[in-house]
Amino acid sequence: MAASNSVLGLYDTPDAGANAMDGLKSAGFALGTFDVLTGTPYPEGAFGEHVPQHRLFRFPFFGAMVGITLAILFTAGTQLAYPVVTGGKPILAVFAMLIIAYELTMLGAVIATVVGIIFESRLPNLNLGAYDARITEGYIGIVVECEDDKVEEARGVLQTAGALEIKTA
Amino acid sequence: MQQRRILDEVAINHELLRGNLATPKWWLPTVLGLLVVVLFGFTLMGIMFNKGLGVTGLNRPVYWGLFITTFVFWVGISHAGIMISAILRLTQAEWRRPVTRAAELLTVFSLLTALFFPLIHAGRPWRIFYWITPFDFARGIFPNARSPLVWDPFAIGTYLTGSTLFLYVALLPDLGVLRDRTTGWKHSFYTVASLGWRGNPRQWRLQTVAGILLSALMLPIFVSVHSIVSWDFAVTPSVEGWHSTVFAPYFVVGAVHSGVSAVVTMMAVMRWLWGWDNYIRPEHFDALARLLIVVACAWLGFTFAELIFGVYSLEAPERALREMQMFQWPWNLLFIIFFLTAFAIPVPLWFFKRVRNNIAMMFWTSILVNIGMWLERFLIIVPGLSRKQPFVFTWDSYQVSPLEWGLLLWSFAWVMMLMLLFSKFFPLIPLFETKESQVFTTDVKIGRVNMPAVIRELD
Repeated sequence: MAASNSVLGLYDTPDAGANAMDGLKSAGFALGTFDVLTGTPYPEGAFGEHVPQHRLFRFPFFGAMVGITLAILFTAGTQLAYPVVTGGKPILAVFAMLIIAYELTMLGAVIATVVGIIFESRLPNLNLGAYDARITEGYIGIVVECEDDKVEEARGVLQTAGALEIKTA
Repeated sequence: MQQRRILDEVAINHELLRGNLATPKWWLPTVLGLLVVVLFGFTLMGIMFNKGLGVTGLNRPVYWGLFITTFVFWVGISHAGIMISAILRLTQAEWRRPVTRAAELLTVFSLLTALFFPLIHAGRPWRIFYWITPFDFARGIFPNARSPLVWDPFAIGTYLTGSTLFLYVALLPDLGVLRDRTTGWKHSFYTVASLGWRGNPRQWRLQTVAGILLSALMLPIFVSVHSIVSWDFAVTPSVEGWHSTVFAPYFVVGAVHSGVSAVVTMMAVMRWLWGWDNYIRPEHFDALARLLIVVACAWLGFTFAELIFGVYSLEAPERALREMQMFQWPWNLLFIIFFLTAFAIPVPLWFFKRVRNNIAMMFWTSILVNIGMWLERFLIIVPGLSRKQPFVFTWDSYQVSPLEWGLLLWSFAWVMMLMLLFSKFFPLIPLFETKESQVFTTDVKIGRVNMPAVIRELD
């Protein structure tokens, strides 16, 4: 069942944020139920956070396969449908087909990669939950997703770690 | 990185979003002025569609003139973005940070502009759809995939789509910053545009991987695009001076030369207009100038190879064409201007550190390069066609018409207007990259000096 509450603690230094993450782990909050929000990419593991795994590298291969298939259908299909010999070239001129196939293969790979980036980033998700605009000014947000009965405990842990402000959504 | 400034995130947001959250006084009059030129250009296009291509200077046997020259020129400029952005990202060059977005943006808008020229050159642009899309099932007529004129739309379409997506993905974190600093309809717009970006470790990790993966995918496309544009000429056996195997790398390197120069021009303008002295620093111009010296020398090598293989064969038509290009009026004057502006003046100047660190000098030398590179394309296309070919029994000289000059002017105004419109709604320097640089850079004391050091993650 999805968590119904989102609790955010706001910190002014990375150290304070890391302490809050440690506090949540010690209090028994499961990995994946709390996360760190920053306005800057910090080195991986700077907050002792769970390092996410992704499958982005599969996407370009899938896109490339779709692209090359469409390219072969386009080049072979159109030339066979209107088989006029021009410039003494064969109807299915491999060199010309390769150029279009190359472009459409790359196009498929790029589009699929971008779809993969958005999908793997868990976007779009227009409901931000508990959030504060100061996160993009250098503050560190520690957000906990929990049920009603755990809200007070989460607030307590975040407060103990020195949160400047706590928000619930 | 001796010129690095230590800035906090509030200051970075404030300075880099200056043009987005408030409107500078010069912005509206400049955009309106450019809009007048743009509308004038569209009027010229309308006149040409109405009257036909006879209003241009195109005539037998010169059927490709200023429009195709300008098409190749803008495709060349577009090579700046991916060259700078992708290669510098892949090599994790620290000085890339303020440069990447401007370069990617230049790619997108110059490609968009380049696309116009073959369309209007066709005289009846709507007929181009017959060439490239297989939709005429009723008559059973389909595109000829063996024609280089069909390869072009695929190459440019792929490059434009890929570059636009590349630009958008790198914009996501900055759209989140804009969402947090705006209210009302702007807030709603940025909320949707940022797709709900929050900045958690998963999103940052994907953003980093995306930069590298998309760079690796875009680089082969970047090489293929100008190669395919060069094959529009090189696979034509009947025009002396075009049918050359060296054309693909020659065009690619020439495109990088003009494109990187255009990035230098754009960065100087950005620094002057928005006062981003803390972000676009002389060290960035210095690095770009060093890169340009290498690229310009490679380009000179290809220019020489193209020329020497042409004349060394001792074929009379080829020698006659080269003689015409270099020694006959008015081509000789254009050739001298081309060589001086594309290489002989700027490159020796860039050897001096004082020039490389002087932004005004870099601005003017980069402009010179692009004057030269436009002339280079003109000198490849027009003289080759101007000579009498077999089976051509009537011919005339090519005089560029005022309408064609007007559309050349339109293209510059169009690109500048698009840039300024973009600058109103989106940051031109990536905020998150600038902030990341602050996090990952620290001063270390070595002996008696403090040196900035960049921390890099092992991956």
